[in-house]
Amino acid sequence: MISRREFLRLGLAASAGIGLSAFAARAYSGKGRTPRWVFLVDTYKCVGCGLCVRACKLENEIPYEVNATRTWVERYVVKKDGVVVADAPLGARDGFTRNDPQGIIVPDADIAKAFFVPKLCNQCTNPPCVQVCPVGATYQSPDGVVLVDRTWCIGCGYCIMACPYGMRFFHPLYKTAEKCNFCYHRLSAGMKPACVDACPFGARLIGDMKDENDPVANIIRTERVTVLKEEFGTKPNVYYLNYDSVIR
Amino acid sequence: MKGHVLRPLYVVLALVALTFAARAFVVPPDFGAHEKGYMYGWYRKGNEAEWKAFKVKHQTRSYCEGCHTEEYSLIMKSPHGIINCENCHGPARDHPEAPLKLGIDKSRALCLRCHGYLPYKSTGREMIKGISPEEHNPDVECVSCHSPHNPLGGLS
Repeated sequence: MISRREFLRLGLAASAGIGLSAFAARAYSGKGRTPRWVFLVDTYKCVGCGLCVRACKLENEIPYEVNATRTWVERYVVKKDGVVVADAPLGARDGFTRNDPQGIIVPDADIAKAFFVPKLCNQCTNPPCVQVCPVGATYQSPDGVVLVDRTWCIGCGYCIMACPYGMRFFHPLYKTAEKCNFCYHRLSAGMKPACVDACPFGARLIGDMKDENDPVANIIRTERVTVLKEEFGTKPNVYYLNYDSVIR
Repeated sequence: MKGHVLRPLYVVLALVALTFAARAFVVPPDFGAHEKGYMYGWYRKGNEAEWKAFKVKHQTRSYCEGCHTEEYSLIMKSPHGIINCENCHGPARDHPEAPLKLGIDKSRALCLRCHGYLPYKSTGREMIKGISPEEHNPDVECVSCHSPHNPLGGLS
């Protein structure tokens, strides 16, 4: 028979042991944990040079001369009469060098505001493109990046239709669905996406939302940020600073 | 039951069995529902490793710094220090093994990406010195007067 004193002593020791091991397991899993990649775009910093688009196409082997790209930069020129002129010739591969949105020369005095908006895959938490794939060729990797299995894709194009952001396209050579994957090969190698490295102005930043000390994740947590087309319920993971309601 | 009733049923059963047998061969063993569940994680696990093995082309400036120390320290002192080497010199890949030499993009178009004047006041473009490409020495390469590594170092 166990005494009351003994029982309490053992019970206390056991519960302390369980608590400690749970804490240790949590701390340990924190070391080798999977990240949750997030992206932050500051539209104020973007100057429309398009070096990100160029780097992306070269890095990810998207034929340079073809008008198809994983990331692009849009230009919005809002005129004083309220008319919005927007364009992204060749996805801004060659940057914006003239004040000619859609080929129209807008006089300096007519411009109320004008800015550039880099776009890329939102790596949605609820990706509609993945839901519609009939063969399991596109999927969300454990760290939240949506990838396409080129050997598995049948080229039906459902995902291209499903994306509310018009992000996806057919790869001109492989004829399979193609999309931005935050340069998954670079992230895996401990590097940043090619567009982030190529941007001289820090308009594009990558972070890990699961890291409490990540500076980019902290901007998203503490500053006023926007996601695109929130009403679709896709829960995007690309956040925008200095957003404007004319952005589509 | 009569044979002519059951016979088509056997055919159907054989077809179903054949489908399952073929599936066992065609579908790789790592295909199925993974971490993100059926809706978002129904895929071939091996594809993750295939993407991770994709070739890195842009090695970033820290890769250049080791050998091209002089050029590196020069540009890092200038406002152009924010521009990664590979934006003008092209992706390094496995340089110096392959390619042996990197090309340099000396075109006006490259400089104009930032230095073509645009009257867009609510962007960082406004902070950059811009030119009108048609008026500012239209037939001359920028680098024949301006040094990209030391843009404030005077004209040559």
